[in-house]
Amino acid sequence: MLELKNITKKFGDQTVLAGVDVTIADQKTLAIVGPSGAGKTTLLRIIAGLTPADSGEMIWNGKATTAAKMRQAGLIGVVFQGFELFPNLTVRRNLTLAPTLQGATQAAATAQADQLLAELDLSAQADAYPFSLSGGQKQRVAIARALALKPQILLYDEPTSALDPNLRQSVADLINSVKAQGMTQVVVTHDMDFAQAVADETLTVAKLGGGEA
Amino acid sequence: MDYVISILPALLSGVQMTLAVFAITLLGAIPLGMIVAVGLLYRGKNPLAVAGKGLLDGYIWLFRGTPLLLQLIFVFYGLPLVHIVFDRFSAVIFTFILNYAAYFAEIYRGGFGAIEEGQFEAASVLNLTRWQTLRYVVIPQVLKVVLPSMGNEVINLVKDSSLVYVIGLGDLLRAGEVATARDVTLVPLVLVALLYLIMTLVLTLLQRRVEKAFSYYK
Ligand SMILES: Nc1ncnc2c1ncn2[C@@H]1O[C@H](COP(=O)(O)OP(=O)(O)OP(=O)(O)O)[C@@H](O)[C@H]1O
Ligand SMILES: [Mg+2]
Repeated sequence: MLELKNITKKFGDQTVLAGVDVTIADQKTLAIVGPSGAGKTTLLRIIAGLTPADSGEMIWNGKATTAAKMRQAGLIGVVFQGFELFPNLTVRRNLTLAPTLQGATQAAATAQADQLLAELDLSAQADAYPFSLSGGQKQRVAIARALALKPQILLYDEPTSALDPNLRQSVADLINSVKAQGMTQVVVTHDMDFAQAVADETLTVAKLGGGEA
Repeated sequence: MDYVISILPALLSGVQMTLAVFAITLLGAIPLGMIVAVGLLYRGKNPLAVAGKGLLDGYIWLFRGTPLLLQLIFVFYGLPLVHIVFDRFSAVIFTFILNYAAYFAEIYRGGFGAIEEGQFEAASVLNLTRWQTLRYVVIPQVLKVVLPSMGNEVINLVKDSSLVYVIGLGDLLRAGEVATARDVTLVPLVLVALLYLIMTLVLTLLQRRVEKAFSYYK
């Protein structure tokens, strides 16, 4: 279980998060919802260690930790809103790059990648480059790439936003099938129906400060 | 025609010098420019990093802000005053590599700027080190982005290599001038122009090949 307590974050003099608590339960999916500009992405980035919080605590299975330590231990995977696949590498190499650089043999990494690609219905795309994939395929590669490092928690920022609206249900099915394999997941979304379809629990981030709409 | 054949050996030995300067400069300046550009990427705030970056910026400014001709003269005739003595060819190589590396570093810097922050972030959440991120993800993309501008600079280099005459080295242009002055005819210079055109044509074709080799992804 990962807990965040009393997380605060300001950009300049704009307070975005004022003492937010988050509990991420094992093998559940937590949806983080809220209006545009509320700070959902910011919160996700804090968990991922991409944006430093101004203050707050992080507790992993009862012990104090930091986002940087979580990441270095390989506990956190991220599926970015824009997927951020490496365009210069084939789909398979996108999956094997990090594992091989972190000590896996090429053979083991390739076998694991091919299995993940098969599970995500991407076997035919293994040797393709990302530019040639559809949005849904890119997203599945991004998920597979994160899973290849066997994280404990997988974070998604707006997994439906870059895709055709009628793919929404299949993204929900996908996230639910990843959960069925025992993954803990955090899904940022502004889409309440989608949150309903995937979430065991929901955290609403309120928009602070007023001012802009 | 006999005349052309009679001056050709002199011109071709000039071509050798031109090609030597060209090839060695590229071999040195392409990686050196990358090292400088990567150094400029570092965002550390400690005094050493800030000083190092200032030094790199100063170096680029110096070498892009003054004529290559002047730099050659300073290196060959000026540095001996402080007991740094180069032979002619070494002076040329030293100056050309530093000069071109400064231009290449600026081109690479632009290339790094074209890579989205998300690529760095994706690499960092995959726990790639800074170096691994550059080596496997960013630099390959930068090289693709910079190819057209690098092609221009490479063609400039062929022509810039004619500047070596100021410190008394005989290159292609120099060989042509000697023959023109001696024989009072423009024929040698026409041949010189043709030889330059052939070299730049080969380079242009080569550039297309390389760009094609990089077109397997977008
Ligand atoms: N790097 C940054 N620098 C300055 N302000 C920022 C930065 N990142 C986010 N903000 C501001 O923080 C606020 C929250 O942004 P954030 O992206 O977390 O919202 P969000 O809830 O994800 O919104 P959306 O639903 O539109 O994605 C916004 O007002 C945004 O302008
Ligand atoms: Mg967002």
